[in-house]
Amino acid sequence: MTTLDLAPGRGAAPRRRAYAAQTRMELRLLLRNGEQLLLTMIIPIALLVLFAKAPIADVPKPRIDFVMPGILGLAVMSTAFTGQAIGTGFERRYGVLRRLSTTPLSRAGLLAAKTSAVVLVETLQVGILCAIGAALGWSPHGNAGDVVGVLLLGTACFSALGLLMAGSLRAEATLAGANLLYLAQLGVGGVAFPLSDLSPSQRHLAELLPLGAMSEGLRHVLNRGIGVPLHDWVTIAVWAVAGAVAASRWFRWD
Amino acid sequence: MLLRGRAETCRVAAAVEVNGLVRRYSPTAGISDVSFTAPAGAVTALLGRNGAGKTTTVEICCGLRRADSGQARVLGLDPARDHRKLAPRLGVMPQAGGSGASGVYPSARVEEVLALYAAMYADPLPVEDLLERLDLRRVRRTTWRRLSGGEQQRVSLALALVGRPAVAFLDEPSAGLDVHARHTTWELVRELRSAGVAIILTTHDLAEAAVLADAVVIIDAGRVVASGSPADLTRDASARGLRFEAPPGLPLGDLEAVLPDGASAQEVRPGHYAVGPRVDPDTVAAVTAWCAKQGVLADNLTTSSRSLEDVFLALTAESS
Ligand SMILES: Nc1ncnc2c1ncn2[C@@H]1O[C@H](COP(=O)(O)OP(=O)(O)OP(=O)(O)O)[C@@H](O)[C@H]1O
Ligand SMILES: [Mg+2]
Repeated sequence: MTTLDLAPGRGAAPRRRAYAAQTRMELRLLLRNGEQLLLTMIIPIALLVLFAKAPIADVPKPRIDFVMPGILGLAVMSTAFTGQAIGTGFERRYGVLRRLSTTPLSRAGLLAAKTSAVVLVETLQVGILCAIGAALGWSPHGNAGDVVGVLLLGTACFSALGLLMAGSLRAEATLAGANLLYLAQLGVGGVAFPLSDLSPSQRHLAELLPLGAMSEGLRHVLNRGIGVPLHDWVTIAVWAVAGAVAASRWFRWD
Repeated sequence: MLLRGRAETCRVAAAVEVNGLVRRYSPTAGISDVSFTAPAGAVTALLGRNGAGKTTTVEICCGLRRADSGQARVLGLDPARDHRKLAPRLGVMPQAGGSGASGVYPSARVEEVLALYAAMYADPLPVEDLLERLDLRRVRRTTWRRLSGGEQQRVSLALALVGRPAVAFLDEPSAGLDVHARHTTWELVRELRSAGVAIILTTHDLAEAAVLADAVVIIDAGRVVASGSPADLTRDASARGLRFEAPPGLPLGDLEAVLPDGASAQEVRPGHYAVGPRVDPDTVAAVTAWCAKQGVLADNLTTSSRSLEDVFLALTAESS
């Protein structure tokens, strides 16, 4: 029989170790889940190839240049918002968050780990999408810093909104709601057709959605080589701050 | 050595001190008055019927729930206010299937969850040894959702212990375990006690409480109705009884005539006899002599004190 030294230990590990282990777990769960992969990898890649190759919507040529920015925004939304909302919603339902709160891992540590895992998955997504885009003849313009800036601010915004849903609704409602919002924004978020196809009032509304602002902002940089319009920065930032404030107010851990 | 020394000093003060705890969910549900102390290096068992308030009490002590009023102190700290400081020194095993659910990632493998929890503590137990002790090596690569109920219980216990806690809260640790696993669990709990850990556990198995607990706290409808060591609670001599088996239909009136004053005899089931309420050596002698005179053999003759179960049933009968 193995003997265990059960004498009380010194308590918490260095915070960095707990955070690294939690990040690894979050990453593992994201990459292991079939539905998550469908959402974050398969669908964006399939849409990219489909829109770039098939003459579906009437989009400015070259098609790949038009399609790429919207798909990048979609990839961020699928991981930071949809995937995270559903995953965290069920963790809450299964009591995982509650049990974790009895360990030395702080809420800030848990949040940092979740964010890190999301950013790592996004890096993978963006890498794959850019490689496929390049193979399809994509020629990006503009300042890479602007692109990364929009992707990161978009991540903060969608994470806050995803956690808001996960922490305030029942897991089933989060599942349904997060998928619905994914589809709705896919429809009017400037992914499949340019927002300029909409009537002016519809267009203004669509540009006020986070994904619409992201894809229009990215399009300014990547297609035209100019800076991101201020109103797009502001739109995403306002959603991010509002989401974060609401999440910290209404997020319930059990 | 240093660590043991520290555990020794903890033993002086109570590791857990609960005073007049109140948490009402509704006028009839919740706890209304729970007080007890649990020292380090001892096993304290919370007993009570379903819904009595055991889990509520445990959850308040480990900071998962807030009390409406009353006070809880764990290692001298307030579990709600000092939660971050206290959590690293606690090991918590939530009740399986309770309102809090299991609390483990359904799609994570056993060894992954254990490694995760181990990484959060400064001096974790070696995961391999823990897997071995709890007979979990066979399922180490199985995901939580595919484990059997008893395997989940063992993993859950492992998660509570891997950080080498100073105080362990185990909510029904032996529920759903087979006999072997139950013995392993008892063995572990005893080792924790010798290592100076304060163990607070709940159970519906009164035989388990009797052999394992240094102190039991009986909660009924949200109030503590009795507490003390199992021996204290069952000591009451008036409760001793004598039982024997013999052919059915013996003339008990004749037996009572030879018994000491105040004693009576009953045929509780055909062929099963009970004598009480008080039993002393003279009673035993009188019963065996009388049986000999009747020409019958008193089979399986035993005298016994009240079991913890008898005490429990008597104390918790009225509620519900
Ligand atoms: N979150 C809650 N909301 C409302 N009522 C609750 C809640 N949690 C527990 N209760 C009620 O409080 C009472 C005590 O529950 P608790 O879980 O503490 O009992 P217990 O002694 O652990 O029971 P068991 O032996 O069945 O585990 C029960 O009547 C239960 O229905
Ligand atoms: Mg309970």
